[in-house]
Amino acid sequence: MKQLLDCQKGDKVKITKLNATNELKERLISFGLMKGVEVEVLEQAPRKKTIEIKIGKMRIALRAEEAKLIEVQEI
Amino acid sequence: MNEKKSCPVISKHIKVALVGQPNVGKSMLINSVSNAHLQVGNFSGVTVDKTEVLFDYENHKFTVVDLPGTYAFTDYTIEERVTRDYLCAENYDIIINVVDSTNLAKNLQLTAELLTMSKRVVIALNMSDEAKKEGLEIDAKYMSELLGVSCVKVSAVTKEGIVELITTVIADFESSTYEVKLIFSEAVEEEIAKIVAYLQGHKYEAINSYRNIAINLLKNNKKTYEKLHDDPIWIELQPILIEASKHIELHHDSDDIKESFAEEYASFNRGIVAEVVKQSVQVEQKTLTEKIDNVLIHPIYGIPIFLFFMWTLFQLTFEIGAIPMDYIDAFFGWFGDAIGGTIPNDDVRSLIVDGIIAGVGAVVLFVPNIIILFIGIALLESTGYMSRVAFLLDGFFHKFGLHGQSFIPLVTGFGCSIPAYMSARILKNDRDRLLTLFIIGFMSCGARLPVYVLFAGAFFGPEMAGNILFMIYISGALLGIMAAKILKMTAFKGVDEPFVMEMPKYRLPSAKLIWHTVLTKTMMYLKKAGTFIAGASMLIWFLSNYPHNLVLQEEYAKKIESSTSETQKITLGNKLAESLLEQSYLGVIGKFSEPIFAPLGFDWKMSVALQTGLAAKEVVVSTLGVLYALGSDVDAENNSLVNAISKNIPFPSAVAFIVVIMIYLPCLAASVVFTREAGGVKYFFYLLAFTSITAYGLAFVAYNVTKMIV
Repeated sequence: MKQLLDCQKGDKVKITKLNATNELKERLISFGLMKGVEVEVLEQAPRKKTIEIKIGKMRIALRAEEAKLIEVQEI
Repeated sequence: MNEKKSCPVISKHIKVALVGQPNVGKSMLINSVSNAHLQVGNFSGVTVDKTEVLFDYENHKFTVVDLPGTYAFTDYTIEERVTRDYLCAENYDIIINVVDSTNLAKNLQLTAELLTMSKRVVIALNMSDEAKKEGLEIDAKYMSELLGVSCVKVSAVTKEGIVELITTVIADFESSTYEVKLIFSEAVEEEIAKIVAYLQGHKYEAINSYRNIAINLLKNNKKTYEKLHDDPIWIELQPILIEASKHIELHHDSDDIKESFAEEYASFNRGIVAEVVKQSVQVEQKTLTEKIDNVLIHPIYGIPIFLFFMWTLFQLTFEIGAIPMDYIDAFFGWFGDAIGGTIPNDDVRSLIVDGIIAGVGAVVLFVPNIIILFIGIALLESTGYMSRVAFLLDGFFHKFGLHGQSFIPLVTGFGCSIPAYMSARILKNDRDRLLTLFIIGFMSCGARLPVYVLFAGAFFGPEMAGNILFMIYISGALLGIMAAKILKMTAFKGVDEPFVMEMPKYRLPSAKLIWHTVLTKTMMYLKKAGTFIAGASMLIWFLSNYPHNLVLQEEYAKKIESSTSETQKITLGNKLAESLLEQSYLGVIGKFSEPIFAPLGFDWKMSVALQTGLAAKEVVVSTLGVLYALGSDVDAENNSLVNAISKNIPFPSAVAFIVVIMIYLPCLAASVVFTREAGGVKYFFYLLAFTSITAYGLAFVAYNVTKMIV
């Protein structure tokens, strides 16, 4: 299974599953990160500690730990 | 205004709750609304989390409650909790849901949740001017029909649609029909219908509509459950609900009903957006924000650029801030003399001039720095750059258990701990926020500068003093980061809090909004800090002046009278001040606590200075001045105090003293703000214990190490 963290800058992928705990899942969903949504990786902080993704028109920053919990597939 | 009329038309009071996601221009909108009909509002500032604005329109009195921005109805952050609790429990008539027209799909996610409440909602499609520029055309009328809720296009910037928004609110408030059309997928609708039918069949009495009750039950809404749980129908209802939840989860291929509902809302919103939004020009080119981000959050240049901005802010804070300081200082000196001249009673004059005016003056002195710092922070916030910095620094800060967004309070801490504690609110998570609150004190605030200047001047030549100052500040910051790591491994142990943050669009800041923010914050600083400092100054004044010892005074008065030379008179006067202080309450406290501080090499005078420093760090210098018998009229530049200190205090003790000043409790006012922000008195005692033990331990080490070297 591919994780969001594995993606490179510029990749466009589709979310297939959120492996987060309930609290974090709610948080991700409130930002629009949910099953079936397409995201694009915009930027990576040094050593991939933090990544910036784009979903619709919103840009969101995620820590590597959180990006690991999001399963994606290529489109 | 209308109150003057003898017989006013019956005016109705409408209480509006203003709700929206963060970064949708809510504050701007409330500004435009209240300004269009200027009846000055009651801005209560950051203290009470929500802001109220009052204004009149025709025959209606409006109270608009501006609630903190929230992404969803969860209680993840303080802001979200405040908003949710207000919407669920308080009394209000109507909700204005502010949405960003340029990003409708995301904003409607919150709207969908609002629509399941039993309150009327008016949707303000804000930033309609920006949407137009981006080639987005929204059919507000069609949208109103689809949702069953009034939608009005507005722009807080151009003030377009503001009047229409107000009249719509009035019309909706007065109309009796109200039918929200929030449609789910067939599977969910089926289950809702079953529950509604059951409630209808049993004539369950409720204010909320059956449909909303059904939705809330399916969404596992705690409050709705609590209400129904005590009702006899619960026994029959429960199996229906379990069955319904199973069906919905099966339909969504998920074991989480909340996730399923979020998906339901999202697909409903996608439908609405597809219907009402027309994109005239299909532009897939890079937006301005993306272009700026390419530079500002660049993996290599990003951090140097940030450091440059911070350096500039500090330079401005200290360079420009220093200009009015002399004037303010001179003013309070003059003011004290002028007032003092009119008071015949010695004690009262001393209390007012040396106690209150001097104490309050010390606080007002830092207002220019604080204004500049606040402007800088408001700019960082309103342009959207702050989120970028958090993005850049999170990797580094995370290693020490801190959060990327901790940097703002920490940086503010170099100016003054009080606004720093307040700005820690930007940290969404309680644990991150508490950890940051605990280490803000390590960032040496402006009030400690005079103490450092004094000691650096006493033991080092002028060419070294600057470097020593820089070293003190840097080592304070490093100690703070290490303390964070230690706290994270012990007291704040636990899983790391997630870092999920929106990176908002870059926006040009509105001068009016910045002015407003800075003004309210500065006024709060003056009011809060001023009252505490004034109180503390009075207390210190009292402790150092009482009990009076008339015998001693008379004895010295005679000596001074009989002395011939002017210098002798001054020496005797100083001796008197010293003896008086030694037997004052403060002196007694100092003598009493001397053994505690003896291992650090402090005499009773230094011990007293540290204790008065608990009230405010500015007081340390003036206390030392008084105690080393120079009269209270000393400042950091006073050479005779510098000499007295280098003569009377051994170098190792001085190092230990600086270490304690660096680490222990900031000041009384800051402690009060800390307690409020941390959310309980117990946290104050934790902070007291933590800083005191650390300060004592490190000072002990510093004292002994220096003694060995020197």
